[in-house]
Amino acid sequence: MASPLVSIENVDMRYGGPDGTLAVSGLNLKIQRGEFVAVVGPSGCGKSTLMKLTTGLHIPQSGSVVVANSQVTKPVSIVGMAFQNPTMLPWRTTLENILLPLEIVERHRHRLRAHKAEYVAKAEKLLETVGLKGFGEKFPWQLSGGMQQRANLCRALIHEPELLMLDEPFGALDAFTREELWCVIRDLHATQDVTIALVTHDLRESVFLADKVVVMSARPGRIISEHVVPFARPRQLELLYEPAFNEMVQKLHGEIATARAAA
Amino acid sequence: MSSTETRTPVAAAPKPALKINWVRLSPVLYTIGLFVIWELGARISGLPHTILPTPTRVFEAIFQYWSPIWKNSVQTLYTTVLGFLIAIVAGLGIGLFIGWSKTIYAGLYPIMVGFNAIPKVALVPILVIWFGIGTVPAVLTAFLISFFPIVVNVATGLATIEPETEDVLRALGAKKLDIMLKVGIPRSMPYFFGSLKVAITLAFVGSVVSETVASNSGLGQMMASAQSNFNVPLVFAGLLMLAVEGIAMYALMAWIEKRMTGWAHRSTMSN
Repeated sequence: MASPLVSIENVDMRYGGPDGTLAVSGLNLKIQRGEFVAVVGPSGCGKSTLMKLTTGLHIPQSGSVVVANSQVTKPVSIVGMAFQNPTMLPWRTTLENILLPLEIVERHRHRLRAHKAEYVAKAEKLLETVGLKGFGEKFPWQLSGGMQQRANLCRALIHEPELLMLDEPFGALDAFTREELWCVIRDLHATQDVTIALVTHDLRESVFLADKVVVMSARPGRIISEHVVPFARPRQLELLYEPAFNEMVQKLHGEIATARAAA
Repeated sequence: MSSTETRTPVAAAPKPALKINWVRLSPVLYTIGLFVIWELGARISGLPHTILPTPTRVFEAIFQYWSPIWKNSVQTLYTTVLGFLIAIVAGLGIGLFIGWSKTIYAGLYPIMVGFNAIPKVALVPILVIWFGIGTVPAVLTAFLISFFPIVVNVATGLATIEPETEDVLRALGAKKLDIMLKVGIPRSMPYFFGSLKVAITLAFVGSVVSETVASNSGLGQMMASAQSNFNVPLVFAGLLMLAVEGIAMYALMAWIEKRMTGWAHRSTMSN
């Protein structure tokens, strides 16, 4: 097997100096190329810390984080991130918002001006993929919450990241919009050559989308179990109502409840 | 031929009644109302012109002394706008500097607050010692009094960037400068343009205070000398001119604000 895209080994991360809170301790996680991993756990278990460690926004005090075969010592620009809050810049149109990462990433920023048309075409294609065709010229405040989140996904993907990190991206959406976006993510993962790590509170979401569900313990967070999701792809929403699916969700639920109680 | 015309009964559109847009009209009406009340009050109370002149007497004074009023109005507008422009440049610069890092923000903010607490009229004598009486102290006083709100607003705009936005960009390898240029500065622009409305009115306070204390031109000086001659209608004429200039500049700033940051009026800053 090829070396994993992300390899976190024995990582401790403490906030606020030597006496601060230990957010994660003895963390071990490997994410293979092309894999879809969902991270679940009780609240405050350091899921967001895990994301920040992987993207290089935080450097751990001990242990090692290796992404794409190199030790992480500064932000790695091969990731795209999306949060629950879409954080679209209100003074830019949706299209300009999506192009923003290209103005930052070293590899693209010098090419952007000369190859604008090419990048715009790419952004429009992405918009089409997430069902926002023709909305590029609209301002973010003219879009609904779900549409903003779709645009947010486009922004996270525009620079063709190898790794897409999603931190509860659908937490603030209603149930129907959320299911729609599950399918958008599912199709993105199927068509684009991208590895996805999804942090979520929603167990059904994790089982529906992921190849592997990782359960974290209460603070200080570490991985207590990993579950391979057996359901064949492509998965349809009907899967949500199958007994095997619900059994798995229930099992995860039980594990997290135990982890919470242990805290 | 007319018999072949089919007469479709069309309900005659009701003749549009002369519609008065009261909202648009009300500023004018209220202003006229204020002058009417003032006129009546002054007449009924029978106060002499040396205490409370009637508006008609004030307008008469404006007409009578138009040449000096015009000259001094232009002088005051000039010192105010010059001080205000310096305040914009300095305020933007210092605001960006303060908003750049938390350390600078923490260190400089108390100093700025302390500085702002000093009544600017107390600085005029010092400015006079340094620069002599005249235009320079007036410009500087206008500048000193009006740059604080600009600094605070620009710094606030920078300091309140959403952490998620910063994370998204930093994860892409963005430097502090990138984040400031792409997010911080555009984001602080509504605060900046909003503060201009406050700053321009304060600039008038500064320049007129300085002219009153130490100058030989400008509306402040004109009013001070009119007062010493008991020419009270002329004092009021000066006040009226100041009000007119203040309203005009405020309206200009409000218009600029609307033109430059229309997006901020449509969206909440939080998303």
